[in-house]
Amino acid sequence: MPTYVALTYTRDVDWTSPEYGQEMKDYNEFGQAAAAVMRGGNALYPTTTATTVRVSGGKGGDIVTSDGPYTETKEALTGFYLLECADLDEAVKYAAQIPAAWDGAVEVRPVIEF
Amino acid sequence: MGAGDALAEVVRDEGTRVLATLARVTGDLTLAEDAAQDAVVRALETWPRDGVPDNPRAWLLVTAKRRAIDVIRREARRPGKEAEAVMFTEAECDPPGVVHDDLLRLVFTCCHPCLGTEAQVALALRTLGGLSTAEVARGLMVPEATMAKRLTRAKQKIAKARIPYRVPAADELPARLDGVATTVYLIFNEGYAAGSGADLVRGALTSEAVRLSRLLAELMPDEPTVLGLLALLLLQDARRDARVDDDGRPVLLKDQDRARWDRPAIKEGVELVGRALRRTPDHPNTYAAQAAIAACHALAPSYADTPWDAVISWYDVLLGIREIPVVRLNRAVAVAERDGPDAALALVDAIGDLDAYPWWHATRGELLHRAGRSEAARAAYERALTLGMSEPQVEHLRRRIAALP
Repeated sequence: MPTYVALTYTRDVDWTSPEYGQEMKDYNEFGQAAAAVMRGGNALYPTTTATTVRVSGGKGGDIVTSDGPYTETKEALTGFYLLECADLDEAVKYAAQIPAAWDGAVEVRPVIEF
Repeated sequence: MGAGDALAEVVRDEGTRVLATLARVTGDLTLAEDAAQDAVVRALETWPRDGVPDNPRAWLLVTAKRRAIDVIRREARRPGKEAEAVMFTEAECDPPGVVHDDLLRLVFTCCHPCLGTEAQVALALRTLGGLSTAEVARGLMVPEATMAKRLTRAKQKIAKARIPYRVPAADELPARLDGVATTVYLIFNEGYAAGSGADLVRGALTSEAVRLSRLLAELMPDEPTVLGLLALLLLQDARRDARVDDDGRPVLLKDQDRARWDRPAIKEGVELVGRALRRTPDHPNTYAAQAAIAACHALAPSYADTPWDAVISWYDVLLGIREIPVVRLNRAVAVAERDGPDAALALVDAIGDLDAYPWWHATRGELLHRAGRSEAARAAYERALTLGMSEPQVEHLRRRIAALP
């Protein structure tokens, strides 16, 4: 069965702050509802903690880091789930239950199995 | 249609069915398309010479399966057991019920909502309609390389993201069916907007859309959406020859030579709209309601004899399904014919949010013109001209401005 990653894009939130307690509960509820297909996932610290890494001049070149996420957008990557589903219809069905789906958007992508 | 065309038509119809079955058996749309295409080419080479086989579909299926097995072996891209699965079914010819279901699966896969609209349109024409990539590209006015890329990407998404090859469950069927109908209607509109004179290749898209909606009606003869869609397309397409004059200029409904309308198509369309409406008398779908309006026009012996009361009632039904400003504009035009320009002007002015739509201004211009308010009419026509219309439409408006006193 293919595995899908469901990337959650929402307001840039700090999941560790008590202010998001209710939302964490909502996400935990989703985790339980999707337990049968859940293969992993994590919440991420806010984009202020992000570092973007590039190597200039090809492989082995200088490491150039910049503060912040790769793309500055209104909605930030705030977490991800790995869902093992029969097909895209099932993956979409689960993605639609993630709170981010109504608080932002969820991007569903098939994972390459090597 | 000559004997060669009839043969080509059979090959194309059966080719789609063979492709649908192979897509299920191999689980790979690209491979299935390659194999079915190969069988179609061979049939077109050999049948005219050797005669059409007793069972054309079985012939095509066997030929296509052989090709699929060759490709699988050559590319060794699959474990052997799948090649065996393809071979295992080689001898049998699937019963009609299975072929029917395969085609339905193919319809819902090509028009899956997780594919973009452009991809759905391209797949419907290429995979369901059996047009070549070059033909699809010409029809949609896209470079062939771009179209090839679009089709490859769409098939890649189907394969990699696992868009299922499945008929939707009953609870999702209405929404999914609407999606399929929208895609076919878009194809029709592409051709309809191009007209039948100047651009025959694009105009042929209307025939392709009719063909696709016929396939849908054959597969789902009890679905009112499908019946309404086919009715609407047939009734619109029936006016094809009368819609342009000998110089390729558009002819308004009012001025069309009704003797040039396609009577058999009208008869079929009217029967279909009746069937669609009888199935859902309380809540007709948007296609059936639009087809009912088209039927009112199609059955009127002349423009003056149009049953405007009925036309207006059907617009009310349509607005009850979904409130769309353009539908309100069209309804106002019908009201003008029944109650005169002043009553219609009040309705047009009340719509409000169509300021960027050239036809809103053009319609106002026409109504003001008829109400004898020449200066206001001129201003409205001029405003429409600034909003970007096609060349023949611009020409029409200029003629109307010249006719003002």
